[in-house]
Amino acid sequence: MQKAREYRRQQLRYAYAYLLAGALSIATYALAVSASTFTDTSFAVIVLCAAALQLYIQSRYFLHLDDKEAPRWRLLSYAFTWFTLLIIAVGSIWIMNHLNYNMGMSPDQMDQYMNSQSLKGF
Amino acid sequence: MDWQWLIGRMNLSYLPHEPITMGAAVGMPLTLVAIAAALTYFKKWGYLWREWITTVDAKRIGIMYGSVALIMLARGVFDALMIRSQTAVGGPGGSQLFNTDTYQQVFTSHGVIMIFFVAMGLMFALFNIAVPLMIGTRDIAFPFLNAVSFWLFFAGMILVNGSLIFGGFSIGGWLGYPPLTELQYSPGPGVDYWIWSLQVAGIGSLLSGINFFVTILKNRAPGMTFMRMPIFVWSVLVTTVLMMIAFPILTGSLALLSLDRLMGMHFFTSMGGGNPMMYVNLIWAWGHPEVYILVMPAFGIYSEIVATFSRKKLFGYKTMVIALIAIMFFSFIVWQHHFFTMGSGADVNAFFGIMTMIIAIPTGVKVFNWLFTMYRGRITFASPMIWFMCFAVTFTIGGVTGVLLAVPAIDFQVHNTLFLVAHFHNVIIGGVVFGYIAAITYWFPKMFGFHLHEGLGKAAAYFWQVGFLLSFMPLYALGLMGAVRRLDNYSDPSWIPFFIVSAVGVVVVGIGIACQLLQIAYSIWKRKELHATSDPWDGRTLEWSVPSPAPFYNYAIIPEVSRVDEWWYQKQEGVKAPKDSDYKDIVLPKNTSFGFVIGMTAFVGSGALIWHIWWLVVVSFIAIVVMIIMRTMDDFTEYTIPAAEVMRMDKEARA
Amino acid sequence: MSESAEMIAKRDKVQLGFWLYLMTDCMLFTSLFATYMILRNSTNGGPGGSELFSMGFVLVETLILLTSSYVCGLANLAIHNGRKKEFVVYLGATIALGIAFLTMELTEFGKLIGEGHTPQTSAFLSAFFTLVGTHGLHIAIGLIWASVLIWALYRQGRQEDILRKFSLFAVFWHFLDVVWIFIFTIVYAMGVK
Repeated sequence: MQKAREYRRQQLRYAYAYLLAGALSIATYALAVSASTFTDTSFAVIVLCAAALQLYIQSRYFLHLDDKEAPRWRLLSYAFTWFTLLIIAVGSIWIMNHLNYNMGMSPDQMDQYMNSQSLKGF
Repeated sequence: MDWQWLIGRMNLSYLPHEPITMGAAVGMPLTLVAIAAALTYFKKWGYLWREWITTVDAKRIGIMYGSVALIMLARGVFDALMIRSQTAVGGPGGSQLFNTDTYQQVFTSHGVIMIFFVAMGLMFALFNIAVPLMIGTRDIAFPFLNAVSFWLFFAGMILVNGSLIFGGFSIGGWLGYPPLTELQYSPGPGVDYWIWSLQVAGIGSLLSGINFFVTILKNRAPGMTFMRMPIFVWSVLVTTVLMMIAFPILTGSLALLSLDRLMGMHFFTSMGGGNPMMYVNLIWAWGHPEVYILVMPAFGIYSEIVATFSRKKLFGYKTMVIALIAIMFFSFIVWQHHFFTMGSGADVNAFFGIMTMIIAIPTGVKVFNWLFTMYRGRITFASPMIWFMCFAVTFTIGGVTGVLLAVPAIDFQVHNTLFLVAHFHNVIIGGVVFGYIAAITYWFPKMFGFHLHEGLGKAAAYFWQVGFLLSFMPLYALGLMGAVRRLDNYSDPSWIPFFIVSAVGVVVVGIGIACQLLQIAYSIWKRKELHATSDPWDGRTLEWSVPSPAPFYNYAIIPEVSRVDEWWYQKQEGVKAPKDSDYKDIVLPKNTSFGFVIGMTAFVGSGALIWHIWWLVVVSFIAIVVMIIMRTMDDFTEYTIPAAEVMRMDKEARA
Repeated sequence: MSESAEMIAKRDKVQLGFWLYLMTDCMLFTSLFATYMILRNSTNGGPGGSELFSMGFVLVETLILLTSSYVCGLANLAIHNGRKKEFVVYLGATIALGIAFLTMELTEFGKLIGEGHTPQTSAFLSAFFTLVGTHGLHIAIGLIWASVLIWALYRQGRQEDILRKFSLFAVFWHFLDVVWIFIFTIVYAMGVK
């Protein structure tokens, strides 16, 4: 009987996490289709925060990544992966944005420029 | 009836036309036929299959990695000889020994072979040979996966060499920058050979990274905490972390390039909105960790060698560990220094430049710690120690020029000149090559039961050292004088003497390699006289407590560890003989042919992708999936050796 | 049936090894995401995300995949508590929802390609199809894996074996939904804005 109660309790935890994650997705959707009262940057920040929150919920409740776990390798390697992932992703975007800025062209202009160079046979 | 779909875009025009490539295209198959004939004559096919092709024993796999790597070293050095002979005669009014297309294939394959098949191959050889023994275990975490990794590596090797016979190799340099490697400028199969050979070998490396990380975490002998592990094992641990993080980026970059080529997409094309500079960014996000992957095990090896041959414990164990971890962290945040000149601007360049300079600090700490280990030790100048000393001088010079290059303003002057080429050969040869050769000499007796001849080993070290200096010191000067890399001819006559000295240097290195080949052959011939005990160097770590050659089960009784250099102290205190009751049953993995078959299927599938034989791609992919599923369904992958048998074998080996 | 110490140790290693493989998969997706972020405005003069993406459709896809992940979690719970019948039901639901997701995604791809917005049109589309397509490929492999698990269950049905293999699948499946959070946010939501 105790086991059955424990089982129900754990099922409910999954359900709560599911509903929260779903709510966050719906919120992101609502923001995305609403009339644009946000700038691009602030929209991105809000929506990424929602994503980060959902990441936390899914990692903790679906992937069972809590600090109670005895072998901490999963949590440690997960944290380390996220750390390096952000370095590489953010670093790449930083580098490439600076490149584009220094080229002084929009992507379409860049495209036309590359096309014309290519036609010259470089 | 249109049969073309059966063979994709293969046709006879892809056979080689130049004398050297034609020679290789004939010579390689002939050599294989000769080997097959010898195997048949001596009736060794069964032995080869049972003992080597289907093995899951890490030591055997390590020996196979090492053998492939050394053969590829010969080819890589031959490529170098070709390059330098061309540049020696490529001055004004000089001659063109081979056409430019061939020359480009040569320097491309030189880089690819040396990095992916020699350096990585030797590295995995040493991981397999030394890590399980050093941590006191019988096997690595996933022995079958280990076999798969080796055969994937082998498949990549066949692809690189196969391109010589049929199709030609890439002309895009070892990193294959687009748009040169895009369809518009390289429509042939060369770049595809390059992509798939690296992709297949890269997946093998990634799997090995996971394998050895889990092994070190989970298979250590009882009592061996992290701070009691040999430093070499620490360096392997740190290296595997780098592998797991970096290799997927290589997989991704190569996949995107292959999508451009196979499906006409526009990631890095010059048209359609592609951004070739993104490729450079991604590939170096892999490329920089890769060079640290290559050099950190070498640092670990030097720690073992210096301590053993100075008969003194390593100075500053803790700082060495911290230095390894620091180097690992920093290697993730420096990659942009490979393209300072691409145009990101001053603030990006400044950040990455400073980070690059900081990496020199933990590296310097390690060098000083090795020197402090030697100080007041009782040094034996065996050949591994000679290799270390060559490293100490050579690598320091290379490291110093690295710090120079880390300054963006200086880099703008020497980027992609021979100065850069000299720098990276300086650190790779000094660090990686010398280290791995030293390791081979050090652990050879443990694998085979006899020594490599010392005199020839020392001669090899001296020839390599002198040869290196002659080959690459002139390149620093040339780079400062404006000589760009990958040139096959040039118009400034004052460069000629430098190129000639460099060519002489390659020949001297070649003599060094000849000494090594002679060393191996002679040592095998004289193996009775060169017989080695279980502990020929009076070593400090656990692998020297087992007989030489190491038995297939490694340890009859798993050792208990209570401190660093456990074996050294056990020798001082008196080694206790095992009691009969200490022997237990041993469970070991069974041999399997699946590793070999999966590897060869990967080779066939890659060939199909290169030659656009689509039906074969699908068949190979399905075959691999099916084999993986079959393997996971197999419950009988291990066998047991009863304790009595273990005891018998152990007593016999120690007699 | 109890497990010996060796079997527990072996299962532990396999779980760690598989988890590490998933971390490397994270890095692969990172390079694809970074590429997408750089190339998302390179539309070669053609339409971008705001014209091509239908947020309502994508929201439904997202909720289907999320539900699939949730139900997979319930299956994991069921088998850890020895409830074989519930396990099969939940696993079946996981697979069905996964198939629904994949069908929706293939429909979306088909529609785009049919209208002439192919991966060969522009860098933006190359990056989009590759990033979302790689995720879809992982889903497809997951579905094959789950089907093989059901077959294995009926073939021999040894509890601990299936538990061990299924817990690996469950982690894989949850991980794919985590990646999808970011595809939904970065590709679709930020693309539409």
